[in-house]
Amino acid sequence: MTAAQTLPAPAASRPAWYRRLRRRFVPDRLFRSTGARFGVIYAVLFGISAVALAAFLWWSTAGLLDRQTTTAINSDAQALGERYTEGGPAALVDAIDQRLINNVDDDAIYLLVGPDFQRIAGNLERWPAQVTMDVDWAELSIDRAGIKGRARVRNFDLPGNFHLLIGRDVEARNHLQAMLAGALLWAAGIAVALGSVGAWAVRGLFRVTLADVSAIATAIGAGDLTRRVRVSGHGDEFDQLGETINDMLDRIARLMDGVRQVSNAIAHDLRTPITRARARLEDAAMHAASREDLEAAIERAQADLDGVVAVFQALLRIAEIEAGARRSAFAPVDLAPLLGDLAELYEAAAEARGQVLRPDLPAAMPLYGDRDMIQQAIANLLDNALKFSPDGGQIELSATATADGFRIVVADHGPGIPEEDRTRATERFYRGEQARSTPGSGLGLALVQAVATLHGGVLTLEDNAPGLRAVLRLPRGETATPG
Amino acid sequence: MRILVVEDDKDVAGFVVKGLKEAGHVVEHVANGRDGLFMAASEGFDAIVLDRMLPGGVDGLRLLETLRSQGNNTPVLFLSAMAQVDDRVRGLKAGGDDYMTKPFAFSELLARVEALARRGKSEGPTTKLAVGDLEMDLLSRGVRRAGQKIDLQPREFRLLEYLMRHAGQVVTRTMLLEGVWDYHFDPQTNVIDVHVSRLRQKVDKPFPDPLIHTVRNAGYMLRPEAP
Repeated sequence: MTAAQTLPAPAASRPAWYRRLRRRFVPDRLFRSTGARFGVIYAVLFGISAVALAAFLWWSTAGLLDRQTTTAINSDAQALGERYTEGGPAALVDAIDQRLINNVDDDAIYLLVGPDFQRIAGNLERWPAQVTMDVDWAELSIDRAGIKGRARVRNFDLPGNFHLLIGRDVEARNHLQAMLAGALLWAAGIAVALGSVGAWAVRGLFRVTLADVSAIATAIGAGDLTRRVRVSGHGDEFDQLGETINDMLDRIARLMDGVRQVSNAIAHDLRTPITRARARLEDAAMHAASREDLEAAIERAQADLDGVVAVFQALLRIAEIEAGARRSAFAPVDLAPLLGDLAELYEAAAEARGQVLRPDLPAAMPLYGDRDMIQQAIANLLDNALKFSPDGGQIELSATATADGFRIVVADHGPGIPEEDRTRATERFYRGEQARSTPGSGLGLALVQAVATLHGGVLTLEDNAPGLRAVLRLPRGETATPG
Repeated sequence: MRILVVEDDKDVAGFVVKGLKEAGHVVEHVANGRDGLFMAASEGFDAIVLDRMLPGGVDGLRLLETLRSQGNNTPVLFLSAMAQVDDRVRGLKAGGDDYMTKPFAFSELLARVEALARRGKSEGPTTKLAVGDLEMDLLSRGVRRAGQKIDLQPREFRLLEYLMRHAGQVVTRTMLLEGVWDYHFDPQTNVIDVHVSRLRQKVDKPFPDPLIHTVRNAGYMLRPEAP
């Protein structure tokens, strides 16, 4: 309850009546829901378009009649004015009579009065009281030979102090307007109903679509990493969102798997040398007969611990590479001299073991990447090749340009890796049957794999019949320029 | 040589100070950045061993940046548990001359500190190096021993040059990898030993006294006579 009391309420700054009204009619939850907001936006847009449509309808029907009346009165006035100028009051009277006779629709209204406002011609009994001399247009009730109606009239002053009233009966237009107004009122009601239903539907649609994502997120948060967002297959925005979320979840799951794997491996692979070091020290402390024995035991324990540190460093390095943090160190590199130098470094070691290392490299291999990482990756492959090659064995280090980058091959004629193990060979701490008796941490290929991935490349392990052929494909990268 | 050790961990500091003293150096130790900065700025040292994470508000990077901004160019070796490549780059950018990560072997630390302190003293570029009867002309890139010409491959020349520039000091395999090949990783194969052994074939084998000595558990040393 204290939480509710201490809620910082921005609404508190608003007037009390607003808060009361809002609390009464708008549950807070409703406005916090995006679905409801979209529903309201939908309803408002729907309402605005309905009003716009009604306004246009009004303007193009009732408005049109109004405008037609105005035009007719004005053209009448012009024609009658000309007659008056040509033939004086008598001609005008003739013209008015003529027009009244010819008026089939019986909607025309004329009234010509003299200076004394007595009727001279026309179909109105007398000059309407509400049309004074300063009024131009007027709409009034008329009584025409016993028929009541509404008329729209215009007042013209003629020379000689004559006054002419020209008008049209607008009873029909009024009828139409009333009908239209009624229809629009009904339409408004229907629009409100449809808008509300639509808004409700939009909100529901949102709810349904997001409910799945929300449920998945809740499940993931609770630790179930196997759940995925349902993708409808329509390829719409929600599908795209779902796919993005699923991709993200896949990557998280992979990383989590990696972490689990690594912690298991650490438990196994680091315990062994630490146990060994501890046993050596304890044994020496209890049984060492001479100072030399003690020193030898300490030295070997030190070597064991150095091995542990090396494994740690390799693990951290791989994690660093996989996190992608090293991409900031990318720069244009020429791989040809880089590989040449590595070949030179290892050639001597190979020769000392009676092995032959023959590099076969193109003249230039421009690439955009991390120099140190590529060096270390190739060095790891060469370390492996030297370690597993028999005496007199041939080791191949070659590179060729491909369509989008380079293909670097390090191959040996050692025992190789059995086909069924090749995909697992790049996992951390994997050690093949043949490798168990040799020194090493089982992290070398994992690092090469991480470097390849960092550069958007691929590491594949193939059969060299006999031996292992490691193929590292690296793309040139974004801004690789020759030189 | 006078060496300042700035390190807050008592055991590590005690171990380093003791080892450096045994190697014949005069050592001062402080345990926080503020005192370290004061000492480094007010007294002259040949080299400083500096931890990165220090108590007292002034960490290793700040200390070094302040020192360098005062125009103090004492060689500095970072000794840090921060082992990421970026950490290393940041340390060197701040003005560090070398960067070692914990845990470390004392022999490596000693070799590097001595190399740094010596380098701080060397005056101007030289054109000729000489150790005992071994002579190297850096301009004509010629090497002679006892008046006899020795043919070296370019890499062998650079390896020998590095050893001669650090004559009388222990040079570790990692230092050679960094100084001669510019590699910042440790290969599993004994590549350096093989290259040094090739160099020995040319420089030492034809002559009665060896110049290139192996220092057990540490690395190599080039010196005229066995002490």
